[in-house]
Amino acid sequence: MPDRPLKVLIAKPGLDGHDRGAKVLARGLRDEGFEVVYTGLRQTPEMVVTAALQEDVDVVGLSILSGAHMTLVPKVTAKLKEAGMDDVLVVVGGIIPDDDVTALKKAGVAETFGPGTTIAEVAEFLRANARQHA
Amino acid sequence: MAAGARFSNPTELVDAALAGDRLALARILTAVENRTPVAEAALRRLYPMAGKAHLVGITGPPGSGKSTLVAAMIGAVRAAGRPVAVVAVDPSSPITGGALLGDRVRMQAYTSDRDVFIRSMAARGHAGGLAPTSMAAAAVLDAVGFDLILVETVGTGQSEVEVAAAADTTVVLEAPEMGDEVQAIKAGLLEVADIVVVNKGDRPGAARTASQLRAMLVAVGRVGVRSTGHARPAPGAAGGAARPRPKEPEVMVTTATTGAGVPELLEALDRHRARGRDAGDSPARLARAEAQVWAILADRLRADLHEPANRAATDATMREVAAHRLDPFSAADRLLAELR
Repeated sequence: MPDRPLKVLIAKPGLDGHDRGAKVLARGLRDEGFEVVYTGLRQTPEMVVTAALQEDVDVVGLSILSGAHMTLVPKVTAKLKEAGMDDVLVVVGGIIPDDDVTALKKAGVAETFGPGTTIAEVAEFLRANARQHA
Repeated sequence: MAAGARFSNPTELVDAALAGDRLALARILTAVENRTPVAEAALRRLYPMAGKAHLVGITGPPGSGKSTLVAAMIGAVRAAGRPVAVVAVDPSSPITGGALLGDRVRMQAYTSDRDVFIRSMAARGHAGGLAPTSMAAAAVLDAVGFDLILVETVGTGQSEVEVAAAADTTVVLEAPEMGDEVQAIKAGLLEVADIVVVNKGDRPGAARTASQLRAMLVAVGRVGVRSTGHARPAPGAAGGAARPRPKEPEVMVTTATTGAGVPELLEALDRHRARGRDAGDSPARLARAEAQVWAILADRLRADLHEPANRAATDATMREVAAHRLDPFSAADRLLAELR
């Protein structure tokens, strides 16, 4: 672990109400020693970016199960960039078809995590790739 | 780049924050939380500009509705056109150091309003209800122009009273039916309240809880019974002859989920603030200053003792205490002597 915990925002943009996965991940990352800001359901891209900015997180994790990832995720990454937060690692969890993964990565997503991913794998990836703010 | 690509040094970062750049503000707060040299440079400049804001501590047991009340307060304050900042503290795991910061969940409605700034902080091993750097964070928010700063503590038990030393006004939340009159006269959290709020006012028993609290908390002052309170005497109290007196908190009822009672709470806060201003040198402000300076002194002492030149001697002394060959007082004497 770094001597300062990594700070991660877990947000659920869009309208689906399935937040069990996001909560389990939030709790799991807490147990992995991360400081996790959990913002809950039904976030607009603006709300996600404002929370990421005010909290100055190192990682933004988006959980989307509605199928709207191609609409929502590029908006979040574009707005993060606009806000000067292009040094934030963006990851997406949910059911993302392979074809979309390529497009999302092009839009600035570092990685996507599908069903069956373990918390340890996510934690490992974040530790290896997030750039901590001072 | 440590401070983010747009800010190449602390001066630029502070300039940008003062000009209203919210990312710069957020990055300064991160530096403050992590106690980096950037934080020190920023605070040296910002601290003299702070001191104008009303710092309100919001404390109470877990689940009493602190975050929901803060959200309702943000709504009412924004309706009046005033900017507001929130520092929301949640506990860190004593096992992993991780934390789940969940207070924003209740504060969704205002996240896109640039005159609302909400920052979550993990307590990072600090046990008094705040994070070690909460007050420095509040000073930064104060300096950049937030005139009202709500500091929400971790869910507290009976005696996490630290926030009272830190805030200008301390609001203690209770939920209805949380205890009988004996709970209300125990020493601790309720004693430090400037305002006691019985939240969840739509629940049965809210009015009765409020009247019980009023009877037990307010009557004490009125009949002139003195407390043996542990609050420090006000600075300048004549020769220490006056014993510290308990506060006489206002007791109010709110329903944070509907906003009922919240405008009245804001009025009560303004009244308390005005009284504090009239009183001049506030003991709360002196306590806040002391807490910050002592923390920095302790940090510096620890850093000095861990300097390469001292490290071996420090570690050896600690091991002697661990083995009970040396008592902790003699150890402290020896370490202090080494630094001189």
